[in-house]
Amino acid sequence: MLNKKQEKNLAKLILKDGTKFFGKSFGAMQSISGEVVFATGMVGYPEALTDPSFAGQILVLTYPIIGNYGVPEKKFWESDKVQVSGLIVCDYIDTPSHFAMQMKLGEWLKKEKIPALEIKDTRLLTQKLRNEGVMLGKIQIGKRAIKFEDPNKRNLVAEVSTKKIYEIYPYPVSPYSRGRRKEGVKTIVLIDCGVKQNIVHRLVARNLKVIIVPWNTDITKLKFTVDAVVISNGPGDPQKAKMTIQNIKKIMEKKIPLLGICLGNQLLALALGGTTYKLKFGHRSQNQPVVERGTKKCYLTTQNHGFAVKKIPRDFKEWFYNANDNTNEGIMHKSLPVMSVQFHPESSPGPLDTDWIFDFFLKKANIYGKK
Amino acid sequence: MVKNKFKKILVLGSGALKIGEAGEFDYSGSQAMKALKEEKIQVILINPNIATFQTSKALADEVYFLPVNDYFVEKVIAKERPDGIMLSFGGQTALNCGLALHQKGIFKKYKIEVLGSPILSIELTEDREKFAEHLRKINIPVPPSGSAKSFTEAKKIAEKIGYPLMIRVAFALGGQKSGVAKNTKELEEIVKGALAISPQVLIEKYLHHFKEIEYEVVRDLEGNVVTVCNMENLDPLGIHTGDSIVVAPSQTLNNEEYHGLREASIKIVESLKIVGECNVQFALNPHPSPLPKGEGALDYFVIEVNARLSRSSALASKATGYPLAFVAAKLGLGQTLLEIENKITKVTQSFFEPALDYVVVKIPRWDLAKFVGAVEHIGSAMKSVGEVMAIGRSFEEALQKAVRMQSGLVESVTDNGFQNKKEVLKFLTIPTPRRLFALAAGLKDGMSLKQIHKLTGIDLWFLYRIENIVKIEIKFKKQFKKNKKLNKETMLLLKQTGFSDKKIADLGGKTEIQIRQLRKHMAILPSVFAIDTLAGEVPAKTNYLYLTYHGTHHDVAPLGRNAVIVLGGGPYHIGSSVEFDWSCVSTALALKRQKKKSIIINCNPETVSTDYDMSDRLYFENLSFETVADISEFENAPPLIISVGGQKPNNLAKQLSGENFQILGTKASDIDRAEDRNKFSMLLDQLNILQPKWISFTNMNQALKFTEAEGFPVLVRPSYVLSGSAMRVCYNREQLFNFVKKAAVLSPLHPVTISKYIENAKELEFDGVAQDGALMIYGISEHIENAGVHSGDATIVYPTQRVYASTEFQLRSITKKIVKELAVTGPFNIQFLVKDNKPFVIEVNLRASRTFPLLSKAMDANFPEVAVDSFFGRAKKLHFKYPKGVVVKSPQFSFARLLGADPVLRIEMSSTGEAACFGRDYDEALLKSILSTNQFDFKNKAVLLSLGGDLYKAKFLDTANTLISLGYKIFATDTTAEFFKNNKIKCKTVRKAFEATPNALNIIESKKVAFVVNLSVANKVNEHDEKRRGTDGFHLRRAAVDNQIPLFTDLHLARAFIKALSRYGMKDLEIKSYREYLH
Ligand SMILES: Nc1ncnc2c1ncn2[C@@H]1O[C@H](COP(=O)(O)OP(=O)(O)O)[C@@H](O)[C@H]1O
Ligand SMILES: Nc1ncnc2c1ncn2[C@@H]1O[C@H](COP(=O)(O)OP(=O)(O)O)[C@@H](O)[C@H]1O
Ligand SMILES: [Mg+2]
Ligand SMILES: [Mg+2]
Repeated sequence: MLNKKQEKNLAKLILKDGTKFFGKSFGAMQSISGEVVFATGMVGYPEALTDPSFAGQILVLTYPIIGNYGVPEKKFWESDKVQVSGLIVCDYIDTPSHFAMQMKLGEWLKKEKIPALEIKDTRLLTQKLRNEGVMLGKIQIGKRAIKFEDPNKRNLVAEVSTKKIYEIYPYPVSPYSRGRRKEGVKTIVLIDCGVKQNIVHRLVARNLKVIIVPWNTDITKLKFTVDAVVISNGPGDPQKAKMTIQNIKKIMEKKIPLLGICLGNQLLALALGGTTYKLKFGHRSQNQPVVERGTKKCYLTTQNHGFAVKKIPRDFKEWFYNANDNTNEGIMHKSLPVMSVQFHPESSPGPLDTDWIFDFFLKKANIYGKK
Repeated sequence: MVKNKFKKILVLGSGALKIGEAGEFDYSGSQAMKALKEEKIQVILINPNIATFQTSKALADEVYFLPVNDYFVEKVIAKERPDGIMLSFGGQTALNCGLALHQKGIFKKYKIEVLGSPILSIELTEDREKFAEHLRKINIPVPPSGSAKSFTEAKKIAEKIGYPLMIRVAFALGGQKSGVAKNTKELEEIVKGALAISPQVLIEKYLHHFKEIEYEVVRDLEGNVVTVCNMENLDPLGIHTGDSIVVAPSQTLNNEEYHGLREASIKIVESLKIVGECNVQFALNPHPSPLPKGEGALDYFVIEVNARLSRSSALASKATGYPLAFVAAKLGLGQTLLEIENKITKVTQSFFEPALDYVVVKIPRWDLAKFVGAVEHIGSAMKSVGEVMAIGRSFEEALQKAVRMQSGLVESVTDNGFQNKKEVLKFLTIPTPRRLFALAAGLKDGMSLKQIHKLTGIDLWFLYRIENIVKIEIKFKKQFKKNKKLNKETMLLLKQTGFSDKKIADLGGKTEIQIRQLRKHMAILPSVFAIDTLAGEVPAKTNYLYLTYHGTHHDVAPLGRNAVIVLGGGPYHIGSSVEFDWSCVSTALALKRQKKKSIIINCNPETVSTDYDMSDRLYFENLSFETVADISEFENAPPLIISVGGQKPNNLAKQLSGENFQILGTKASDIDRAEDRNKFSMLLDQLNILQPKWISFTNMNQALKFTEAEGFPVLVRPSYVLSGSAMRVCYNREQLFNFVKKAAVLSPLHPVTISKYIENAKELEFDGVAQDGALMIYGISEHIENAGVHSGDATIVYPTQRVYASTEFQLRSITKKIVKELAVTGPFNIQFLVKDNKPFVIEVNLRASRTFPLLSKAMDANFPEVAVDSFFGRAKKLHFKYPKGVVVKSPQFSFARLLGADPVLRIEMSSTGEAACFGRDYDEALLKSILSTNQFDFKNKAVLLSLGGDLYKAKFLDTANTLISLGYKIFATDTTAEFFKNNKIKCKTVRKAFEATPNALNIIESKKVAFVVNLSVANKVNEHDEKRRGTDGFHLRRAAVDNQIPLFTDLHLARAFIKALSRYGMKDLEIKSYREYLH
């Protein structure tokens, strides 16, 4: 067995309760602390790693073989950097093969200064997190010990949100017509609490102009007409995004159509008198079944959240619920075009089954929005 | 519970196992029936496959052992009047039968609802041309193609699309008769062959080196859809999925590809309004150009859609733990995915897509070497006879496990017997069952990955993984050579890379046991992990387990001494098939009687035994000593049953008991006394029991001395074989010399034995169960063919029809002696030859035999239950009841799929399955049974006879007269015709195969005859001679099987068949259920 000194030198994941998992480092040689969570999707690690909702978290992937197809160009990422604090896998593949590959996963993580470990029993780790709930942990590389830090105490949304307003137009893809603005294009304001790029893509694909604004922007003070608002996904505890919650109230007063996604669902609920709570180990997978309340229709969704809506605000009804644990998966205003979903209709990674949510919303919002 | 409107449902099975349609349908039918029983629906099953679990009494309310064709199914419908029918659980056979019934308006006539997918959709997916049109309409890409009904049409299409072309056949399965044409000549050959079995061919662009990806989709009546699993073929497009190494989930697809194809499959399934299960096969371009710009730009094509349970869905079920067939059956009843409980977690429901935290590798099992002359290439037409599935936490671990499971002879991908680089290159270039090993060999030889990739089209990702295995092996070997030490780190790495103890031992010059001990000393033991469908996300009550070295904990606690481990049979192959799975499952179930918990170990995804609800615990693992020992030690050494899974687990007896594992039943040393020819022979001599004279020799002089004394013919074989591999009848010295040269290479560890080959002897099977050397229950069955046709290929009848009471008496007393001497406890089988009322023992197997389920069902006695009772000393003697009906079992051959193989009965087994039917007498049962394994046309009153040798001709004379009196027109080849004419039998002479038309081949190809009798004298030419394959007889036989015309190559069977024909017409065959024959 290992002696104390050898053990000290090994790369390891240490959980708050003292459990240690030894591993082999394949990322940046750097120690980090974060909240340890697991995700069960079998494809889409580049998308997951760049999803800002994972900010502050050490991600454990339950699918054991990771790195197979390397990492694609930046334009395929969900944000412009790796968002997780650290990565844990069972079997890292350093010999990827794919036509769209730009670099290896390990190379990328090193470049982005993200530590990553190959520990063998990720299943044990997962079971632990499932039974005891997500917990704080740290990846320690080398001898120097670091402290546990709870990312949920930080305002993660503020950290990952855009600092300035920017616009994206539905330019035709054809190079010949590049630059020609389309007339009569409607404007969606997207409140960036940690937005995944595919939300932008899915809106732009519907011929909409998207203006992305920081998380704390007061929409009612903007100088241009806003046809509808989308509140994005994002990391951490929704209670921390107080300013967004305040601003949602103002949007409601103005009766601007609104769609919340993931964190957006929780923020909408909180703004209008609902409540949220922390799930034991969250939903982080691409196979979450949600049922549309009052129907027999069920959809497979991608989810990535640790908090959920408990009390549904007045004048709202439950739109979707989770078929496995009955937690709330979406709410809808009884009369206004205001609604939100806990899952990711933009997928990426994951199944494309609920892309219709965008059409549904845009139609309710009276915005021309066919693909 | 959800209410449903159905009271009685008819389920169609798939009949005898054949290449392309095998055990997977026993699994799917069984699951479907379980689902129906749960809803308290009365279930009627039609399936003549008596060795299946689905035909057990436990499942269906009524079983009809009848051919699955429109005639018999209609009769059963008229009798039973079910209100629903399920067509999608019996493979292509059931589906085609359903389509025929639909076209005849039978369902309407009897007001039967077809459960599951609409029949129009099924029709659409089966018609390749219409289906391509349909897909184009919904914007799903299909390869440029056209359909043709003649060669002229085909040529036109070919000119339009350009070569190379893929030719595919409508309404067929397993890619039968399909192929790649690079020019007009090849096109003609393939199209003509295809049109012989199907009215339509589809000609399409050959998609060179595309990836082949499959999705398994389920959809309910409400339109809820999930894809339960996707799978990636390691072999690129062009190798049938059934012959490909398959990996689940896909390894080389990124999110966009995975979900893009998933969305396409959902769109297709939605457009077809599938209710239940559906399989979609894709071709995906690995190097698209220009590069796709975001979504919707994947470069892919749909290859085909199967609107039914399939081999792939069985694999997907086992790979994920999602019981596809069970769910599909419930969906067919109108339930929604939300209403069906997830059987594994028991807390979630069936609307979800399993998340795997392991990887699964399937490798096909081929038996091409068993078919003399069969072409070794694999391609778009399936040739494998079985498969294995391995589960691991790294690809290397799973792949190496699968390699070991596949044949039981190979320890690692790096084991390969290639002679030189040239040979490696050849096996890389031409796809064969050995290609996987050529990959490793090429890498070892220093070929570049790029080069191998270019030759094979196999994705670099897979090649890197194999390279990793090769590198680790080389590194270890070097390291070990230097310091003779194997440290813990290296040991763990080797185990995580999937190396077996035995392989490590070989590399390090140690024994397997030494490595095992060292490993245990280092505390390197596999972890027991569960398959829970959700990657550990929810606590699951699952008993579905596998072993891995990528873990530090166990998911379960040992069951302990109150459990019993039952070893399954491994992959289906010639000589070991569904009958052993039946025995294994029946045994596991019977353990309940003794209040024991059952643990099954097996690695074959097409079985019922690997359904996790058939036992208290299932290990989807290899049946090697190492794995069985590891599991056993983890479980705190429960006793083992090794005698119900066929020869494979039986072979472990010595090693397991040598290491002090407790084996239930007959002692290992007694098993050895039965299997070791020398010991067994001595035992027979001691007991004064006759056996064919034999010796075992190590040099040719000994052999010659024997033949001089005993004369030819002789039977030459090595010991310890199951199904006649490397067994040969030699009629002269030259043949003997030639063969021994080859056999000695085959098995240097065992001496070669040579025995007197007894001609014209009767062969009888004695199956039974004994307890402490006393007979508890037994049955005797009779071969219709004489000895010389392998018992697995023989037509067998129960009860015996032409056996003297005195012979049976002798058999019984001989058996009692043997059983007593060997202190047999548990199942056994003895094979006898009888000549002039003198029985000779040719073989004793101290395990359940192939005939076990046949006899159990025929005698209505559960042999496995008696066996289990005997293991615990609690069996009671069962008294014999003479049955009311007669059962005949017929072999099912798959020659049509094996290009170049000679369809003739020999001492080596070549059938892939069997069917059995009951009748009021021998003739009726025989006829039904033959109808179950052949497509016989009663209306066509013409026959082609080609009888070799004077003796056969003379012996056939009466039968020929019978044919005439039945109104048959006889076509006969030259000497046969001459002989008939001399004997005043009217016949039409046909020319030899290659003479001017019309010749024998034309007669067959134009389907002018209902069947062909071709008897050839075997003793003059060696059956394995290259020359022989060029003969007329060979071409005639090939033509018959290629055109699906029943072929008889055995005198006794042909005579029996024609006699039966003279007594029964189609209409005279009774439609009676199994129960009715018993009571
Ligand atoms: N256009 C094509 N180009 C290359 N290979 C093909 C093409 N179409 C089919 N194949 C190969 O042929 C195999 C058998 O074809 P398929 O239509 O799936 O027959 P089956 O009905 O027997 O499954 C496929 O698994 C695939 O590997
Ligand atoms: N001495 C013999 N004379 C004639 N036929 C024999 C003799 N021995 C075996 N056979 C034939 O060969 C077949 C296979 O032999 P067997 O020893 O049973 O092999 P296996 O172990 O494959 O079952 C038998 O079923 C029988 O028909
Ligand atoms: Mg196919
Ligand atoms: Mg035998």
